[in-house]
Amino acid sequence: MPLLQVPIKSKARIKEIAIDGPIRRRLLDLGLIEDTIIEVLQKSPFGDPIAYGIRGAVIALRSEITSNILIEKV
Amino acid sequence: MFNGKKNKCPDNIKIEKKTQNDIVIALAGNPNVGKSTVFNELTGLNQHTGNWPGKTVTIAEGNYIYENKNYILVDLPGTYSLMANSVEEEVARDFICFGNPDLTIVVVDATCLERNLNLVLQTIEITSNVIVCVNLMDEAKRKKIEVDLDKLSSELGVPVVGTSANTGKGLDELKKIIDTNISNINNKVININYDDQITEEIIKVENELKKDNKDLINTKWLSLKLIDGDEYLLNSIKKYINLDFFENDKLTNAVQKSKDNLANIGLDKNKLRDKIVSTIVKQAESINQKVVTTNPKEYNSRDRKIDKVLTSKLFGIPIMIALLGLIFYITISGANIPSAIIADFLFWIEERLMDFFLWLGTPAWVHGVLVLGIYKTIAWVVSVMLPPMAIFFPLFTLLEDLGYLPRIAFNLDKLFKSANACGKQALTMCMGFGCNAVGVIGCRIIDSPRERLIAIITNNFVPCNGRFPTLIAVITMFFTGIIISPLQPLLSTIILTSVIVFGVMITLFISKLLSKTILKGIPSSFTLELPPYRKPQIGKIIVRSVLDRTLFVLGRAILIAAPAGLVIWLLANINVGSSSVLSQCANFLNPFATFIGLDGYILMAFILGFPANEIVVPIIIMSYMATGSMLELASLNELKTLLVNNGWTWLTAVCAMLFSLMHWPCGTTCLTIKKETQSKKWTLISILIPTITGIIICFIVTNVARLFGLV
Repeated sequence: MPLLQVPIKSKARIKEIAIDGPIRRRLLDLGLIEDTIIEVLQKSPFGDPIAYGIRGAVIALRSEITSNILIEKV
Repeated sequence: MFNGKKNKCPDNIKIEKKTQNDIVIALAGNPNVGKSTVFNELTGLNQHTGNWPGKTVTIAEGNYIYENKNYILVDLPGTYSLMANSVEEEVARDFICFGNPDLTIVVVDATCLERNLNLVLQTIEITSNVIVCVNLMDEAKRKKIEVDLDKLSSELGVPVVGTSANTGKGLDELKKIIDTNISNINNKVININYDDQITEEIIKVENELKKDNKDLINTKWLSLKLIDGDEYLLNSIKKYINLDFFENDKLTNAVQKSKDNLANIGLDKNKLRDKIVSTIVKQAESINQKVVTTNPKEYNSRDRKIDKVLTSKLFGIPIMIALLGLIFYITISGANIPSAIIADFLFWIEERLMDFFLWLGTPAWVHGVLVLGIYKTIAWVVSVMLPPMAIFFPLFTLLEDLGYLPRIAFNLDKLFKSANACGKQALTMCMGFGCNAVGVIGCRIIDSPRERLIAIITNNFVPCNGRFPTLIAVITMFFTGIIISPLQPLLSTIILTSVIVFGVMITLFISKLLSKTILKGIPSSFTLELPPYRKPQIGKIIVRSVLDRTLFVLGRAILIAAPAGLVIWLLANINVGSSSVLSQCANFLNPFATFIGLDGYILMAFILGFPANEIVVPIIIMSYMATGSMLELASLNELKTLLVNNGWTWLTAVCAMLFSLMHWPCGTTCLTIKKETQSKKWTLISILIPTITGIIICFIVTNVARLFGLV
C-alpha cells in the first residue's frame, strides 16, 4: 500500500521506496529506510503535500513521492 | 580563500592562515539547528561571506581569539548528509576532506538528535577530529527531552558539548573543549559497522590503497567510496589533491573486483549505496535510543496543535493572508506619525537651508542642485522609507524566527505544483519583500535548475521595501484619504494586501506560462522540513533587523538617491530649446505612457528609478515641480494636490501601482540575476517578462476603465 493512502494520524512501516535518483538519496538521508516507522501528521490546506513525522523531524512530502513509497500498516 | 577580489586559483579551498598558529575550524550541521547562531555568537562581528570557488554556495568565515590563539571558523552550508547529493553537500564534504580544517564541529539539534546523528556519523567516518555541539538544549529541556551528553560522547568516541547558542549558554565550554582537543589524536572514535562482506571488500581495497602511502585522507572511508563509485568524490580528489586513482591499475582492478564481488551477492551499485546509508541511519537510531531518554516521537504535541490551525484546510490560507495584513497594518498605522514628524523636521531643515543660500546670495542653480535636487530626494527617501522599514523588518524577522515561513511554503505548495514550480518559491518570494536581490540569491534553496529559474524570473512580482512605501503613499493619497483615523490604515492594509495577493497570482500564472513554454518541464520532487516553532529573541531581532537590514537598505538607498537627485534636477532644469531635457523625454514617452494609463513623467520616473525603486516618487515630484509651480511638500495632502494638478486620476494611481508591482527589476537585482544565472539571456528575460506583463495589464485596466467611461 502506498504511503499516500495512509490516513492522517496513523502510523506505517516503510517497506520500499520505489523512486530512483537524487530524491531517493535525500529520503534515505532523512532516515527513511526500510522498516522505519512513519507517522502521518497533517495535510496542507489544499490536500497536498502532507506532513509526516520521520525520526523526530517533521517533513512535508508531495503526493508523487508518497505514492511511490510502499508501506505496511502498523 | 572565499575572497573573490583576490582572484586566486579558483580550485584552492584552503583557508589562508595569517600566521602558522592560526587554527581552522569547520562548522557543519543540518539546516535549522542554530548553526549560524553558534557561528555568530562565537565570532561576533568578525566575519565575512564569500562564494565557494566556482559554485553558487555562500560560505561565511569568521574568527575569534581564545587563550591568545586565533581561531578561524568556517560556516559550511546546512546539509542533511555528506553524500554529495547536492552542491551544498558537495561543498561541505569537500571542505571537511580537503580544506584541512584542524577540527570539525558538527552542530546538532537536541530536540531531533536521531536525524542529526546521521551527519555526525558521516563526518566521523571522514575524520576523527570532530566535536559534537548539541545545540538547543534549553528547547529540549522545555520539551522534556533529555540528552545524556556523557553517554553520547562515549558512544561516538568524540567530545560532546551541550549549548543553547541563542542565550550564549555553553559556548565558553565549547571554546575550551575546542582548545584542548586541537592537537589531540583521537583513537577512540566509533566505527560504522557495515556488513561483513562490505567490510571485507573495504579491507582489500584499503590494503591496495595503503601501498600508495598517500596519507592524505582516511583510507578506510576512501576505500568505501571507491567501491561505492562516488564520481563526485573522485573528481574532487583529482581537483584538490591532484591524485588520480585511475592511473593506478592495481587499485582500479582491486576496486572493480570488490564491486563485482558485492554485485554477486546482490549488492549492485544502487543497492550498495542504500545499504551504506541505511547502515548509518540504523547506527544513529541505536545510539539515539541509548542517549535520549524521552523520545521526541510525539512530534511535539504543542507544535502539532499550532500547525493544526496555521496550516488547516479552513484557516490556513486566511490566517496567512491575515498575518501578512496584520504586519502591513502595524507598519502603515505605526509609520504614519513618525513619517510625518520626520518629514516636518527634514522640510523645516530644507527651509533653513534655502534661507541660508539666500543669505549667502549664491546663484539660483546652486541651491537648486543642492537643496531641491539632492537634499529633497534624500529627505523623501528617509521620511517615507525609514519608518515603514523600521517597523516592517523586525515584524517580518519575528515571523521568520518563529518558524512560520516554512508553513507558508507548506500551505501554498499545491498552487506552485499546479504551476509546475517548486513550493520553496514561496520562501524566496517572502525574502523578496525585503529586497528582490536577496530573494534572487535565496532561490539557491531550489534544487531543480528549471524551477530555480522560474523563481528568479518571477521574484520581481513581489514588491520589495523600496516599492511598498510608494504603494502605501499612493493608496493613502487616492483611495483611503489622508485624514488619520483608525479606519484609514485598515483600509490601506486591505488594498495593499490585495495588491500583494494579485502579485502572487501573477507569479503563479507566469510560472505556469514559463513551464509550458520556454522552461518546459514537470514539477520535480522535493522535501520540505517544518522545523519546530521557536521562541524568538525579541531584543536580538530588533537589533539585527534594524542594524543589518534597515540601516543597510536605507544607507544604500541614500547613496543612490543623492547622485540620482542631482542628475534628475539637472535633467529637469537644463533646457534644450524651449523645454527641459526631462520634459522632452517625457513628451516623447507620453503617447505610449498614456496608452497604459500613466503619463510621460511617471514612465520617465520609473526608467530613471532603475538604480533603486525608492526614488521613483521623488523623481515624479521633481519633474512636476520643475514644470509647474513651486510647492512645499511637507505632507501627502500637498503631494496629492500636486499630482491631481498634473492630471492624476484614480486610474493613474491604479496604473502607477500596477506598474510599480510589475516592471523591470532594479539595477542591483538585475546584476544579481546575471550573477546567479550566469547568463545574459535569462537576465534579459527576467527584465522583459515583468515589464511586458505590467504593460499588458495596465493597458487592459486603462482601456476597460475608459471604455466604460469610469474616468
